[in-house]
Amino acid sequence: MFDAVIRNLPFLMGGFWVTVKLTAFALLGGIPLGILVGLGRISKKRWVYYPVTFYVNLIRNIPLILVIFWFYFVMPILVGRPMDPFPSAVISFIIFEATYFGEILRAGYQSVSKGQIEAGYSTGLSYIQTTRHILIPIAFRRMLPSMITQSIVTYQDTSLAFVIGLPEFVRRTAIVDNLEVRSIQLFGFVAIMFLITCYISSVVSRRFEVKREGGY
Amino acid sequence: MGLAYHFDWGVLWRQPYGIWLLKGVWLTVQLGLLSWLIALFLGIFIGTIRISRWRWLRVLGTTYVEIFRNIPFIVQLFFWYFAGPMLFGKTLQFHINAIMGLNYYVAIVGLGLYTASRVAEHIRAGFASIARDQYQAALSTGLTEIQMYRYVIIPYALRIVIPPLTTEFLTIFKNSSIAMTIGVAETTFMSYKIDSDTFHGLEATTGAMVIYLILGLSVVKLMGILESRFRIAGLMGRK
Repeated sequence: MFDAVIRNLPFLMGGFWVTVKLTAFALLGGIPLGILVGLGRISKKRWVYYPVTFYVNLIRNIPLILVIFWFYFVMPILVGRPMDPFPSAVISFIIFEATYFGEILRAGYQSVSKGQIEAGYSTGLSYIQTTRHILIPIAFRRMLPSMITQSIVTYQDTSLAFVIGLPEFVRRTAIVDNLEVRSIQLFGFVAIMFLITCYISSVVSRRFEVKREGGY
Repeated sequence: MGLAYHFDWGVLWRQPYGIWLLKGVWLTVQLGLLSWLIALFLGIFIGTIRISRWRWLRVLGTTYVEIFRNIPFIVQLFFWYFAGPMLFGKTLQFHINAIMGLNYYVAIVGLGLYTASRVAEHIRAGFASIARDQYQAALSTGLTEIQMYRYVIIPYALRIVIPPLTTEFLTIFKNSSIAMTIGVAETTFMSYKIDSDTFHGLEATTGAMVIYLILGLSVVKLMGILESRFRIAGLMGRK
């Protein structure tokens, strides 16, 4: 049934490891940059707000595949020598996913009703105290599920690095399929691997969400 | 060392590249619109059965959504394109593979099936966000069940669902670029093809970005108008 998968398991799992590594780098860079982007998006300073908004709207309207290609073409020019697909992919993912994480932060902030902030001030809390004890806890709880979902999306998105020849999970499966021509089991295997890992992560995130809400 | 790169923006309009890009745009629009039709109808159907009274229908809807949302679209596309014909057995497989432009049809159906799961989630969330009291209040004023949906629930659900659906509509054009991986010659494919012909991929992909921007910004504009018109008062939005 899964004979071709078993024969090539070390090669395929090596690809899976590349996918995991790429996801980790994309999140380690994308979330911190995303926080900065989110802060820029709620900033009242025009010279911060407009450039950041331009960047966010630009990237969010472009297919990820095109962003990956673009950086793959532009990096050699900037660096002055041909570039490996992996660092090039990492940079594209950080730039791309940061806009999505930034928008989650902004939405979380804006979902807090004005009444709650005013209530904070009226009980005599300062701006910093209101932010620290009211705004951030409420916004964070609302953001967390979306942040986890976006991390799962990032993990799925990394398979698009396929197009610049990065030997990640899907690329390696396609390579094996070229030799073995066992498309059902091979692509079925990738599909099941993603299905299981993403499903488990989403169940965990949902659990977490309920727990947090129940804590107050 | 240094910037030994000479820009040649002519690859965006010089023939045959200009025509390539235009053909690509036309395919992108086709892919987006046709798969959106599938996604919208199937998505509304699945979203509705997820809130139905029958348990097995709900399970069916949930299973569909979980499967299609948790597998990357590129993997789904490869599965339908490479493994799909094999599912029909040896003789039929031969005939299916002989279909002209099979990748085009696979891309439309695959993108439609994938986006349907996302549309279904928005539909379900839209209905779920309506408080139970609204239903009861509507019924208690003497409306029939059909009138309740017609005058209370659906108008309310629509204003909640329109913004995410517009975003989804935008996303479908962007996701259609993934069809290039099975050889559908849409915009992104064409920009890559120009690169392999001229080694001016940077200009070609930048041109493609502008094309997607123009396509997307018109949808965003529409979304902005709709969103501000249907905004629910009292939340901490800008202004």
